[in-house]
Amino acid sequence: MNYILDHPGGVARLALAHVEIVVLALATALAIALPLGIVAAKRARQAPIILGTLAAIYTIPSLALLAVLVSLFGLGEIPLFVALVAYAQFMLVRNVVAGLKGVDPAQSDAARGIGMSEVQTLLRVELPLAMPVIIGGIRIAAVAMIALATLGGYIGAGGLGTLIFTGLALHHDDQIVAGSIAASLLAITVDGAIRLAQRRLFPAN
Amino acid sequence: MSDGAGIELRDVRVRYAKGVRDAVAGVSLAIEAGSFVALLGPSGCGKTTLLRTINRLVPVDEGSIFLNGENIANLDAVNMRRTIGYAIQAVGLFAHMSVAGNVAVVPKLLGWPSAEIDARVDEMLALVRLDPPRYRERRPRELSGGEAQRVGVARALAGRPHALLMDEPFGALDAIVRRELQRELLEIVRVLGTTTIFVTHDIDEALILADRIAIMREGSIEQQGSPIDILAHPATPFVRDLFSADIEVTELRERARRASA
Repeated sequence: MNYILDHPGGVARLALAHVEIVVLALATALAIALPLGIVAAKRARQAPIILGTLAAIYTIPSLALLAVLVSLFGLGEIPLFVALVAYAQFMLVRNVVAGLKGVDPAQSDAARGIGMSEVQTLLRVELPLAMPVIIGGIRIAAVAMIALATLGGYIGAGGLGTLIFTGLALHHDDQIVAGSIAASLLAITVDGAIRLAQRRLFPAN
Repeated sequence: MSDGAGIELRDVRVRYAKGVRDAVAGVSLAIEAGSFVALLGPSGCGKTTLLRTINRLVPVDEGSIFLNGENIANLDAVNMRRTIGYAIQAVGLFAHMSVAGNVAVVPKLLGWPSAEIDARVDEMLALVRLDPPRYRERRPRELSGGEAQRVGVARALAGRPHALLMDEPFGALDAIVRRELQRELLEIVRVLGTTTIFVTHDIDEALILADRIAIMREGSIEQQGSPIDILAHPATPFVRDLFSADIEVTELRERARRASA
Protein backbone atom coordinates (compact mmCIF):
# COMPACT_ATOMS: atom_id res chain seq x y z
CA MET A 1 0.00 0.00 0.00
CA ASN A 2 2.88 2.34 0.86
CA TYR A 3 4.25 1.82 -2.62
CA ILE A 4 1.06 3.19 -4.20
CA LEU A 5 1.11 6.22 -1.87
CA ASP A 6 4.80 6.85 -2.58
CA HIS A 7 4.50 6.45 -6.36
CA PRO A 8 0.98 7.60 -7.24
CA GLY A 9 1.97 8.90 -10.68
CA GLY A 10 3.81 5.75 -11.73
CA VAL A 11 1.04 3.43 -10.56
CA ALA A 12 -1.59 5.59 -12.26
CA ARG A 13 0.36 5.48 -15.53
CA LEU A 14 0.57 1.68 -15.38
CA ALA A 15 -3.12 1.42 -14.47
CA LEU A 16 -4.00 3.62 -17.43
CA ALA A 17 -1.95 1.45 -19.81
CA HIS A 18 -3.65 -1.59 -18.26
CA VAL A 19 -7.12 -0.15 -18.86
CA GLU A 20 -6.19 0.93 -22.36
CA ILE A 21 -5.23 -2.52 -23.61
CA VAL A 22 -8.19 -4.18 -21.85
CA VAL A 23 -10.69 -1.70 -23.31
CA LEU A 24 -9.22 -2.04 -26.78
CA ALA A 25 -9.24 -5.84 -26.54
CA LEU A 26 -12.77 -5.86 -25.12
CA ALA A 27 -14.09 -3.67 -27.95
CA THR A 28 -12.40 -5.89 -30.53
CA ALA A 29 -13.63 -9.05 -28.82
CA LEU A 30 -17.19 -7.73 -28.76
CA ALA A 31 -17.08 -6.85 -32.45
CA ILE A 32 -16.23 -10.50 -33.15
CA ALA A 33 -18.43 -12.09 -30.48
CA LEU A 34 -21.70 -10.36 -31.40
CA PRO A 35 -21.95 -11.72 -34.95
CA LEU A 36 -20.56 -15.10 -33.83
CA GLY A 37 -23.13 -15.28 -31.03
CA ILE A 38 -25.97 -14.30 -33.37
CA VAL A 39 -25.00 -17.06 -35.81
CA ALA A 40 -24.65 -19.59 -32.97
CA ALA A 41 -28.07 -18.62 -31.59
CA LYS A 42 -29.86 -18.74 -34.96
CA ARG A 43 -28.27 -21.78 -36.57
CA ALA A 44 -28.52 -24.98 -34.62
CA ARG A 45 -25.97 -26.72 -36.84
CA GLN A 46 -23.18 -24.19 -36.43
CA ALA A 47 -23.76 -23.59 -32.71
CA PRO A 48 -21.85 -26.59 -31.29
CA ILE A 49 -18.90 -25.95 -33.63
CA ILE A 50 -18.60 -22.31 -32.61
CA LEU A 51 -19.13 -22.83 -28.89
CA GLY A 52 -16.94 -25.96 -28.84
CA THR A 53 -14.02 -24.19 -30.51
CA LEU A 54 -14.27 -21.19 -28.20
CA ALA A 55 -14.54 -23.42 -25.13
CA ALA A 56 -11.40 -25.26 -26.25
CA ILE A 57 -9.49 -21.98 -26.56
CA TYR A 58 -10.80 -20.96 -23.15
CA THR A 59 -9.38 -24.07 -21.50
CA ILE A 60 -5.82 -23.50 -22.75
CA PRO A 61 -3.71 -22.37 -19.76
CA SER A 62 -3.15 -18.64 -20.19
CA LEU A 63 0.61 -18.84 -19.69
CA ALA A 64 0.89 -21.55 -22.37
CA LEU A 65 -1.21 -19.50 -24.81
CA LEU A 66 0.91 -16.43 -24.16
CA ALA A 67 4.11 -18.43 -24.74
CA VAL A 68 2.83 -19.59 -28.13
CA LEU A 69 1.72 -16.08 -29.05
CA VAL A 70 5.08 -14.59 -28.03
CA SER A 71 6.83 -17.08 -30.28
CA LEU A 72 4.55 -15.93 -33.08
CA PHE A 73 4.43 -12.16 -32.52
CA GLY A 74 7.45 -11.49 -30.31
CA LEU A 75 7.36 -9.69 -26.95
CA GLY A 76 5.14 -6.68 -26.30
CA GLU A 77 1.50 -5.70 -26.41
CA ILE A 78 0.39 -7.66 -29.47
CA PRO A 79 0.51 -11.21 -28.01
CA LEU A 80 -1.29 -9.99 -24.88
CA PHE A 81 -3.93 -8.26 -26.97
CA VAL A 82 -4.52 -11.40 -29.03
CA ALA A 83 -4.72 -13.57 -25.91
CA LEU A 84 -7.25 -11.22 -24.29
CA VAL A 85 -9.46 -11.18 -27.38
CA ALA A 86 -9.29 -14.98 -27.70
CA TYR A 87 -10.11 -15.67 -24.05
CA ALA A 88 -13.01 -13.22 -23.98
CA GLN A 89 -14.74 -14.90 -26.93
CA PHE A 90 -16.13 -17.82 -24.98
CA MET A 91 -17.56 -15.67 -22.17
CA LEU A 92 -19.04 -13.12 -24.56
CA VAL A 93 -20.43 -15.50 -27.20
CA ARG A 94 -21.95 -17.79 -24.59
CA ASN A 95 -23.89 -14.87 -23.12
CA VAL A 96 -24.98 -13.53 -26.52
CA VAL A 97 -26.39 -16.99 -27.28
CA ALA A 98 -28.04 -17.31 -23.84
CA GLY A 99 -29.50 -13.82 -24.16
CA LEU A 100 -30.97 -14.40 -27.61
CA LYS A 101 -32.30 -17.85 -26.75
CA GLY A 102 -33.94 -16.41 -23.67
CA VAL A 103 -36.03 -13.93 -25.67
CA ASP A 104 -39.76 -14.57 -25.25
CA PRO A 105 -40.74 -16.38 -28.49
CA ALA A 106 -44.09 -14.54 -28.50
CA GLN A 107 -42.27 -11.23 -28.91
CA SER A 108 -40.19 -12.51 -31.83
CA ASP A 109 -43.31 -14.01 -33.43
CA ALA A 110 -45.24 -10.77 -32.97
CA ALA A 111 -42.36 -8.77 -34.46
CA ARG A 112 -42.31 -10.90 -37.62
CA GLY A 113 -46.09 -11.15 -37.76
CA ILE A 114 -46.64 -7.39 -37.79
CA GLY A 115 -44.07 -6.85 -40.50
CA MET A 116 -40.52 -6.57 -39.20
CA SER A 117 -37.86 -8.12 -41.44
CA GLU A 118 -35.44 -10.64 -39.94
CA VAL A 119 -32.82 -7.92 -39.43
CA GLN A 120 -35.35 -5.53 -37.87
CA THR A 121 -36.61 -8.29 -35.56
CA LEU A 122 -33.04 -8.91 -34.44
CA LEU A 123 -31.99 -5.26 -34.03
CA ARG A 124 -35.21 -3.76 -32.67
CA VAL A 125 -36.58 -6.59 -30.56
CA GLU A 126 -34.29 -9.55 -29.92
CA LEU A 127 -30.97 -7.82 -29.22
CA PRO A 128 -32.48 -5.13 -26.96
CA LEU A 129 -34.28 -7.84 -24.98
CA ALA A 130 -31.08 -9.92 -24.77
CA MET A 131 -29.00 -6.92 -23.70
CA PRO A 132 -29.02 -7.50 -19.92
CA VAL A 133 -27.58 -11.00 -20.40
CA ILE A 134 -25.08 -9.78 -23.01
CA ILE A 135 -23.92 -7.02 -20.67
CA GLY A 136 -23.59 -9.64 -17.94
CA GLY A 137 -21.11 -11.40 -20.22
CA ILE A 138 -19.24 -8.15 -20.84
CA ARG A 139 -18.84 -7.64 -17.09
CA ILE A 140 -17.48 -11.15 -16.56
CA ALA A 141 -15.15 -10.78 -19.54
CA ALA A 142 -13.89 -7.34 -18.42
CA VAL A 143 -13.01 -8.57 -14.94
CA ALA A 144 -11.30 -11.70 -16.29
CA MET A 145 -9.38 -9.63 -18.84
CA ILE A 146 -8.10 -7.20 -16.22
CA ALA A 147 -6.76 -10.15 -14.21
CA LEU A 148 -5.28 -11.83 -17.28
CA ALA A 149 -3.67 -8.61 -18.48
CA THR A 150 -1.37 -8.61 -15.41
CA LEU A 151 0.56 -11.34 -17.27
CA GLY A 152 1.49 -8.55 -19.67
CA GLY A 153 4.10 -7.54 -17.11
CA TYR A 154 5.94 -10.78 -17.91
CA ILE A 155 6.11 -10.29 -21.68
CA GLY A 156 6.84 -6.58 -21.80
CA ALA A 157 3.31 -5.43 -22.56
CA GLY A 158 3.24 -2.97 -19.65
CA GLY A 159 0.32 -2.48 -17.31
CA LEU A 160 0.03 -3.21 -13.60
CA GLY A 161 1.63 -6.63 -14.06
CA THR A 162 4.92 -4.78 -14.52
CA LEU A 163 4.86 -3.98 -10.78
CA ILE A 164 4.16 -7.59 -9.85
CA PHE A 165 6.90 -9.10 -12.01
CA THR A 166 9.46 -6.41 -11.13
CA GLY A 167 8.63 -7.01 -7.49
CA LEU A 168 9.08 -10.76 -7.95
CA ALA A 169 12.44 -10.31 -9.67
CA LEU A 170 13.78 -7.80 -7.14
CA HIS A 171 12.12 -9.34 -4.05
CA HIS A 172 10.21 -6.10 -3.46
CA ASP A 173 7.10 -7.45 -1.78
CA ASP A 174 5.45 -4.04 -1.53
CA GLN A 175 5.56 -3.70 -5.34
CA ILE A 176 3.89 -7.10 -5.75
CA VAL A 177 1.19 -6.12 -3.27
CA ALA A 178 0.76 -2.71 -4.89
CA GLY A 179 0.31 -4.23 -8.37
CA SER A 180 -2.17 -6.81 -7.09
CA ILE A 181 -4.25 -4.34 -5.10
CA ALA A 182 -4.31 -1.84 -7.95
CA ALA A 183 -5.43 -4.55 -10.42
CA SER A 184 -8.18 -5.71 -8.05
CA LEU A 185 -9.41 -2.17 -7.48
CA LEU A 186 -9.42 -1.65 -11.23
CA ALA A 187 -11.52 -4.78 -11.77
CA ILE A 188 -14.04 -3.75 -9.11
CA THR A 189 -14.26 -0.22 -10.53
CA VAL A 190 -14.76 -1.36 -14.13
CA ASP A 191 -17.38 -3.93 -13.07
CA GLY A 192 -19.27 -1.24 -11.15
CA ALA A 193 -19.00 1.22 -14.02
CA ILE A 194 -20.49 -1.25 -16.51
CA ARG A 195 -23.30 -2.10 -14.11
CA LEU A 196 -24.05 1.60 -13.65
CA ALA A 197 -24.03 2.19 -17.40
CA GLN A 198 -26.41 -0.72 -17.85
CA ARG A 199 -28.88 0.76 -15.35
CA ARG A 200 -28.72 4.09 -17.13
CA LEU A 201 -29.14 2.67 -20.64
CA PHE A 202 -31.66 -0.09 -19.97
CA PRO A 203 -33.62 0.89 -16.90
CA ALA A 204 -36.71 -1.08 -17.95
CA ASN A 205 -35.36 -4.56 -18.31
CA MET B 1 -68.25 1.10 -45.50
CA SER B 2 -65.60 -1.54 -45.82
CA ASP B 3 -61.98 -1.32 -46.88
CA GLY B 4 -61.32 -4.86 -45.76
CA ALA B 5 -59.61 -7.30 -48.06
CA GLY B 6 -61.18 -10.37 -49.58
CA ILE B 7 -59.13 -13.50 -48.93
CA GLU B 8 -59.29 -16.77 -50.76
CA LEU B 9 -57.57 -20.01 -49.89
CA ARG B 10 -57.37 -22.66 -52.62
CA ASP B 11 -56.37 -26.22 -51.75
CA VAL B 12 -53.85 -25.04 -49.19
CA ARG B 13 -51.62 -27.81 -47.91
CA VAL B 14 -48.89 -27.66 -45.29
CA ARG B 15 -46.76 -30.72 -44.68
CA TYR B 16 -44.72 -31.38 -41.61
CA ALA B 17 -42.39 -34.36 -41.52
CA LYS B 18 -42.77 -37.42 -43.72
CA GLY B 19 -45.06 -40.07 -42.29
CA VAL B 20 -46.95 -37.57 -40.18
CA ARG B 21 -50.32 -36.37 -41.43
CA ASP B 22 -50.35 -32.96 -43.11
CA ALA B 23 -50.82 -30.06 -40.72
CA VAL B 24 -53.19 -28.52 -43.25
CA ALA B 25 -54.56 -31.07 -45.68
CA GLY B 26 -55.98 -29.19 -48.64
CA VAL B 27 -58.18 -26.38 -47.36
CA SER B 28 -60.29 -24.10 -49.55
CA LEU B 29 -62.01 -21.15 -47.98
CA ALA B 30 -63.41 -17.94 -49.43
CA ILE B 31 -63.50 -15.03 -47.02
CA GLU B 32 -65.58 -12.04 -48.02
CA ALA B 33 -64.19 -8.56 -47.57
CA GLY B 34 -65.21 -7.14 -44.21
CA SER B 35 -66.48 -10.41 -42.80
CA PHE B 36 -65.57 -12.08 -39.51
CA VAL B 37 -64.55 -15.72 -39.86
CA ALA B 38 -63.82 -18.05 -36.96
CA LEU B 39 -61.56 -21.06 -37.43
CA LEU B 40 -62.89 -23.40 -34.77
CA GLY B 41 -61.54 -26.76 -33.69
CA PRO B 42 -59.71 -28.78 -31.06
CA SER B 43 -56.00 -28.27 -30.42
CA GLY B 44 -53.83 -29.83 -33.10
CA CYS B 45 -56.49 -29.51 -35.82
CA GLY B 46 -54.33 -27.15 -37.89
CA LYS B 47 -56.26 -23.92 -37.31
CA THR B 48 -53.24 -21.94 -36.10
CA THR B 49 -51.06 -23.27 -38.91
CA LEU B 50 -53.73 -22.33 -41.44
CA LEU B 51 -53.98 -18.81 -39.99
CA ARG B 52 -50.21 -18.40 -40.20
CA THR B 53 -50.15 -19.33 -43.89
CA ILE B 54 -52.20 -16.21 -44.62
CA ASN B 55 -49.42 -13.83 -43.54
CA ARG B 56 -46.78 -16.29 -44.72
CA LEU B 57 -45.35 -17.03 -41.28
CA VAL B 58 -45.87 -20.63 -42.38
CA PRO B 59 -44.99 -21.42 -46.00
CA VAL B 60 -47.54 -23.28 -48.08
CA ASP B 61 -46.44 -26.56 -49.70
CA GLU B 62 -49.33 -26.76 -52.16
CA GLY B 63 -52.21 -24.53 -53.20
CA SER B 64 -52.40 -20.76 -53.15
CA ILE B 65 -53.78 -17.86 -51.16
CA PHE B 66 -55.19 -14.69 -52.69
CA LEU B 67 -55.38 -11.34 -50.95
CA ASN B 68 -57.72 -9.03 -52.86
CA GLY B 69 -57.28 -11.25 -55.88
CA GLU B 70 -53.49 -11.20 -55.75
CA ASN B 71 -51.51 -14.36 -55.09
CA ILE B 72 -49.59 -13.67 -51.87
CA ALA B 73 -46.71 -15.80 -53.13
CA ASN B 74 -45.97 -12.93 -55.54
CA LEU B 75 -45.98 -10.27 -52.81
CA ASP B 76 -43.07 -9.27 -50.60
CA ALA B 77 -43.84 -11.11 -47.34
CA VAL B 78 -42.57 -8.38 -45.01
CA ASN B 79 -44.40 -5.53 -46.77
CA MET B 80 -47.55 -7.62 -47.00
CA ARG B 81 -47.52 -8.33 -43.26
CA ARG B 82 -47.56 -4.59 -42.58
CA THR B 83 -51.00 -4.47 -44.21
CA ILE B 84 -52.34 -7.41 -42.15
CA GLY B 85 -52.87 -7.05 -38.41
CA TYR B 86 -51.65 -9.87 -36.19
CA ALA B 87 -52.62 -10.56 -32.57
CA ILE B 88 -51.82 -13.70 -30.58
CA GLN B 89 -52.80 -15.24 -27.26
CA ALA B 90 -49.40 -14.56 -25.67
CA VAL B 91 -49.77 -10.93 -26.91
CA GLY B 92 -46.00 -10.53 -27.32
CA LEU B 93 -45.86 -6.84 -26.43
CA PHE B 94 -42.26 -5.67 -26.75
CA ALA B 95 -41.08 -5.50 -23.14
CA HIS B 96 -38.44 -2.83 -23.76
CA MET B 97 -40.89 -0.38 -25.32
CA SER B 98 -43.67 1.71 -23.81
CA VAL B 99 -47.32 1.07 -24.68
CA ALA B 100 -47.15 3.96 -27.15
CA GLY B 101 -43.95 2.54 -28.65
CA ASN B 102 -45.64 -0.80 -29.19
CA VAL B 103 -48.69 0.69 -30.87
CA ALA B 104 -46.46 2.88 -33.07
CA VAL B 105 -44.38 0.01 -34.48
CA VAL B 106 -46.27 -0.63 -37.70
CA PRO B 107 -46.96 3.05 -38.57
CA LYS B 108 -43.21 3.62 -38.09
CA LEU B 109 -42.38 0.68 -40.34
CA LEU B 110 -44.77 2.18 -42.89
CA GLY B 111 -42.88 5.47 -42.66
CA TRP B 112 -45.70 7.70 -41.44
CA PRO B 113 -44.74 11.23 -40.31
CA SER B 114 -44.21 11.35 -36.55
CA ALA B 115 -47.06 13.79 -35.80
CA GLU B 116 -49.45 11.44 -37.54
CA ILE B 117 -48.07 8.45 -35.62
CA ASP B 118 -48.56 10.30 -32.33
CA ALA B 119 -52.17 11.09 -33.15
CA ARG B 120 -52.74 7.51 -34.31
CA VAL B 121 -51.41 6.07 -31.06
CA ASP B 122 -53.89 8.16 -29.04
CA GLU B 123 -56.69 7.26 -31.43
CA MET B 124 -55.94 3.53 -31.16
CA LEU B 125 -55.63 3.57 -27.36
CA ALA B 126 -58.97 5.37 -27.11
CA LEU B 127 -60.46 2.81 -29.50
CA VAL B 128 -59.51 -0.06 -27.19
CA ARG B 129 -60.70 2.01 -24.18
CA LEU B 130 -57.36 2.77 -22.61
CA ASP B 131 -57.08 6.42 -21.55
CA PRO B 132 -54.12 7.64 -23.68
CA PRO B 133 -52.48 10.01 -21.14
CA ARG B 134 -52.62 7.30 -18.47
CA TYR B 135 -51.35 4.44 -20.61
CA ARG B 136 -48.99 5.87 -23.25
CA GLU B 137 -45.81 5.69 -21.21
CA ARG B 138 -46.57 2.50 -19.28
CA ARG B 139 -44.42 -0.56 -19.75
CA PRO B 140 -46.00 -3.88 -20.77
CA ARG B 141 -45.11 -5.45 -17.41
CA GLU B 142 -47.25 -2.82 -15.67
CA LEU B 143 -50.42 -3.95 -17.49
CA SER B 144 -53.05 -6.51 -16.50
CA GLY B 145 -53.73 -9.38 -18.92
CA GLY B 146 -56.80 -7.64 -20.32
CA GLU B 147 -55.00 -4.30 -20.71
CA ALA B 148 -52.06 -6.00 -22.43
CA GLN B 149 -54.37 -7.66 -24.99
CA ARG B 150 -56.14 -4.33 -25.58
CA VAL B 151 -52.73 -2.89 -26.45
CA GLY B 152 -52.09 -5.97 -28.59
CA VAL B 153 -55.26 -5.26 -30.57
CA ALA B 154 -54.36 -1.56 -30.83
CA ARG B 155 -50.92 -2.49 -32.16
CA ALA B 156 -52.46 -4.91 -34.68
CA LEU B 157 -54.83 -2.26 -36.03
CA ALA B 158 -52.60 0.84 -35.87
CA GLY B 159 -51.31 0.54 -39.44
CA ARG B 160 -54.84 0.54 -40.92
CA PRO B 161 -54.63 -3.09 -42.03
CA HIS B 162 -57.10 -4.53 -44.54
CA ALA B 163 -57.25 -7.78 -42.63
CA LEU B 164 -56.73 -8.87 -39.05
CA LEU B 165 -55.44 -12.30 -38.04
CA MET B 166 -56.08 -13.30 -34.44
CA ASP B 167 -54.88 -16.49 -32.77
CA GLU B 168 -56.94 -17.13 -29.62
CA PRO B 169 -56.29 -13.54 -28.53
CA PHE B 170 -58.58 -13.78 -25.50
CA GLY B 171 -57.77 -17.38 -24.56
CA ALA B 172 -55.72 -16.48 -21.50
CA LEU B 173 -58.19 -14.00 -20.03
CA ASP B 174 -60.84 -14.64 -17.39
CA ALA B 175 -64.43 -15.02 -18.56
CA ILE B 176 -65.62 -11.52 -17.65
CA VAL B 177 -62.76 -9.67 -19.34
CA ARG B 178 -63.00 -12.03 -22.30
CA ARG B 179 -66.69 -11.20 -22.87
CA GLU B 180 -65.95 -7.49 -22.61
CA LEU B 181 -63.12 -7.68 -25.13
CA GLN B 182 -65.14 -9.85 -27.51
CA ARG B 183 -67.93 -7.28 -27.58
CA GLU B 184 -65.52 -4.40 -28.10
CA LEU B 185 -63.58 -6.21 -30.81
CA LEU B 186 -66.77 -6.89 -32.71
CA GLU B 187 -67.70 -3.23 -32.54
CA ILE B 188 -64.25 -2.10 -33.64
CA VAL B 189 -63.89 -4.35 -36.67
CA ARG B 190 -67.49 -3.61 -37.73
CA VAL B 191 -66.79 0.11 -37.68
CA LEU B 192 -63.43 -0.25 -39.44
CA GLY B 193 -64.67 -2.87 -41.90
CA THR B 194 -61.57 -4.98 -41.31
CA THR B 195 -61.75 -8.56 -42.57
CA THR B 196 -61.06 -10.65 -39.48
CA ILE B 197 -59.94 -14.25 -39.18
CA PHE B 198 -60.10 -15.51 -35.66
CA VAL B 199 -58.73 -18.81 -34.36
CA THR B 200 -60.46 -20.27 -31.32
CA HIS B 201 -61.38 -23.54 -29.67
CA ASP B 202 -64.15 -21.82 -27.69
CA ILE B 203 -67.50 -22.56 -29.34
CA ASP B 204 -69.35 -19.72 -27.58
CA GLU B 205 -66.70 -17.30 -28.74
CA ALA B 206 -67.06 -18.43 -32.35
CA LEU B 207 -70.86 -18.19 -32.15
CA ILE B 208 -70.80 -14.70 -30.63
CA LEU B 209 -68.22 -13.20 -32.95
CA ALA B 210 -68.30 -14.80 -36.34
CA ASP B 211 -70.39 -14.24 -39.48
CA ARG B 212 -69.04 -17.54 -40.69
CA ILE B 213 -67.48 -20.45 -38.88
CA ALA B 214 -65.10 -22.99 -40.38
CA ILE B 215 -64.83 -26.08 -38.23
CA MET B 216 -61.51 -27.85 -38.58
CA ARG B 217 -60.48 -31.38 -37.74
CA GLU B 218 -57.18 -33.11 -38.50
CA GLY B 219 -56.07 -30.50 -41.01
CA SER B 220 -59.30 -30.28 -43.00
CA ILE B 221 -62.41 -28.16 -42.82
CA GLU B 222 -65.22 -30.37 -41.56
CA GLN B 223 -67.99 -27.84 -42.18
CA GLN B 224 -68.30 -24.16 -42.92
CA GLY B 225 -71.27 -21.86 -42.78
CA SER B 226 -73.05 -19.25 -40.72
CA PRO B 227 -73.38 -20.01 -36.98
CA ILE B 228 -77.11 -20.63 -37.41
CA ASP B 229 -76.55 -22.97 -40.35
CA ILE B 230 -74.07 -25.05 -38.45
CA LEU B 231 -76.17 -25.19 -35.30
CA ALA B 232 -79.26 -26.17 -37.28
CA HIS B 233 -77.59 -28.59 -39.68
CA PRO B 234 -74.40 -30.11 -38.34
CA ALA B 235 -72.90 -31.88 -41.36
CA THR B 236 -71.00 -34.64 -39.55
CA PRO B 237 -71.11 -36.48 -36.23
CA PHE B 238 -67.92 -34.61 -35.25
CA VAL B 239 -69.62 -31.25 -35.62
CA ARG B 240 -72.74 -32.48 -33.82
CA ASP B 241 -70.67 -33.77 -30.89
CA LEU B 242 -68.66 -30.56 -30.77
CA PHE B 243 -71.79 -28.50 -30.24
CA SER B 244 -73.69 -31.03 -28.16
CA ALA B 245 -70.92 -31.03 -25.56
CA ASP B 246 -71.61 -27.35 -25.23
CA ILE B 247 -75.35 -27.85 -25.16
CA GLU B 248 -74.94 -30.30 -22.28
CA VAL B 249 -73.25 -27.55 -20.28
CA THR B 250 -76.06 -25.16 -21.14
CA GLU B 251 -78.64 -27.71 -20.01
CA LEU B 252 -76.74 -28.31 -16.81
CA ARG B 253 -76.65 -24.59 -16.20
CA GLU B 254 -80.39 -24.36 -16.79
CA ARG B 255 -81.07 -27.20 -14.40
CA ALA B 256 -78.86 -25.64 -11.73
CA ARG B 257 -80.65 -22.32 -12.12
CA ARG B 258 -84.03 -24.00 -11.73
CA ALA B 259 -82.88 -25.99 -8.73
CA SER B 260 -81.55 -22.93 -6.91
CA ALA B 261 -84.66 -20.87 -7.70
